Amino acid sequence: MRPDLEIIQKWIEPNSHVLDLGCGDGSLLHYLNETKNVKSIGLEIDEDNIEQCIANGVNVIEQNIDEGLANFESNSFDTVLLAQTLQALSNPHLLIEEMLRIGEKGIVTFPNFGNWKSRVYLASRGRMPVSKFMPHQWYDTPNIHFCTVYDFDALCREMDIRVLTRTVVDSQHQGSWAMRALPNLLGEIAIYHIARN
Amino acid sequence: MSDSFPQDSVGLVKPQLFHFEEELTLRSGKSLNGFDLMVETYGELNADKSNAILICHALSGDHHAAGYHSAEDKKPGWWDNCIGPGKAIDTDKFFVVSLNNLGGCAGSSGPNTKNPETGTYYGPDFPVVTVRDWVKSQVMLMDRLGIPKWAAVIGGSLGGMQVLRWAISYPERLHHAICIAAAPKLSAQNIAFNEVARHSIVSDPNFHNGRYLEKGTSPKQGLMLARMVGHITYLSDSAMRAKFGQAVSAIDSTASNFGRDLRSGKLSFGFNVDFQVESYLRYQGERFSENFDANTYLLMTKALDYFDPSVDFDGDLSAAFANSDCKFLLVSFSTDWRFPPERSRELVNELLKAKRDVSYLEVDADEGHDAFLLPVPRYINAFRTYLNRVHGELCGDAT
Repeated sequence: MRPDLEIIQKWIEPNSHVLDLGCGDGSLLHYLNETKNVKSIGLEIDEDNIEQCIANGVNVIEQNIDEGLANFESNSFDTVLLAQTLQALSNPHLLIEEMLRIGEKGIVTFPNFGNWKSRVYLASRGRMPVSKFMPHQWYDTPNIHFCTVYDFDALCREMDIRVLTRTVVDSQHQGSWAMRALPNLLGEIAIYHIARN
Repeated sequence: MSDSFPQDSVGLVKPQLFHFEEELTLRSGKSLNGFDLMVETYGELNADKSNAILICHALSGDHHAAGYHSAEDKKPGWWDNCIGPGKAIDTDKFFVVSLNNLGGCAGSSGPNTKNPETGTYYGPDFPVVTVRDWVKSQVMLMDRLGIPKWAAVIGGSLGGMQVLRWAISYPERLHHAICIAAAPKLSAQNIAFNEVARHSIVSDPNFHNGRYLEKGTSPKQGLMLARMVGHITYLSDSAMRAKFGQAVSAIDSTASNFGRDLRSGKLSFGFNVDFQVESYLRYQGERFSENFDANTYLLMTKALDYFDPSVDFDGDLSAAFANSDCKFLLVSFSTDWRFPPERSRELVNELLKAKRDVSYLEVDADEGHDAFLLPVPRYINAFRTYLNRVHGELCGDAT
């Protein structure tokens, strides 16, 4: 399992209702179904991923989350997940608002653009960072809304969202004391557990 | 057709007639004092009777879903694309049951069969049956076959509506509901098309208030027109352009001619058939009118119009699904304008509201409503994957 998912799963209560926005091949939901007996639904638009979800026995709805979640009732899920998809959305703030309308809690993970590698790349080369982890060129990328840990903190304050836990890890998904001390500089992936205030 | 059937065909099949003595009370309040169902089965029922799948047919379908009735048959059953050894509905794994619904015209009790009490054709006296009544009779068939619970009930269009009714009324008797290109109920536009079809049938001078069989005739013109209208709603604009646009445009040889292929290469400046699409529709309509019963067509379109499982729940469809216990798979097709993707999404949303297990695919396909009968690769693959999973569950494979 992807290590950010390893961290996420610890925040999911057994037997709870989970909605996964951009659920990929359904491996996290499959894991949660099996180990925590959750009732879950994933939303996905990639055809191969959808078929993989079906093969995994994961409930999957073909729905573009960028077009909104109006079809989901308020307070209908315990947790709404958004893993590594925030940066690809047209209106990230609106979707986060929707997440916390539909779910009691939300989990958001995203690549931290404040990481020192991105800063060094931009400072030394003067060009948008491209790495093994974020391999796209600026003109041809699904990732249209990059942000940093501090940016996301600020958004949560603006939207009056409570941050229950904030974790950062590196691309190997390892944490360290240094990362805890300097999350925006050293963290490569940010993982937030959030709720309405 | 030679003596050998294709490898992935169920081959030669023989329909069986099941007679039911029991009285069947219908939604209309009328009842049938005994009835017959014409049935085909494919594959083998396993020892614990857990691998049975029910196929529900649509408006003009029947029990002959797969295989051939004789070596001379030019065409196999209507869903042979999907049913057979190694196919999406794999007859090496599943025991597949397909029947002609009550009121049909392919051997089950219906307007074109004789009322045993009077010895004359039912004709217009055959009671109007609804989706609910069909499913009730399908439960009786299931009991007769000794099947405790379907592994899956599957249907497209009007067949999908029967699937929904199963999930609502008999939750303990199916594990999976697969509902393809259906809708929660008909729209005014859908009903309007059905009304045109019915009106063309009843206004045919040979209709004789539905007693045409007694008169030794048939309202073929009316039935043909009904089918022509219906057929247009099964195809998409793009499918028709492709089908009837083989010739290149006179102005731009790289452009399509919008499906305006001419039949004889020039305009007639009369009121005869000029375009290929006209002759195609006439051919389809004529062929259909020779093989289908007009009263059955009336009855089937009424069953469509009346379908609305939310009526028992003050219009709240999610409440109708509250007791459903099966997992749902819904599929829609992008160019289907008879039951477009929005209609399937309505169903998905109601199922979500009811907190049911549901998966939904919106398949890009040019073929319109007809796509559910055609080998659209993404659809077939997902269908196969889903049923492999269903089979895995039967074999006790939890993951």
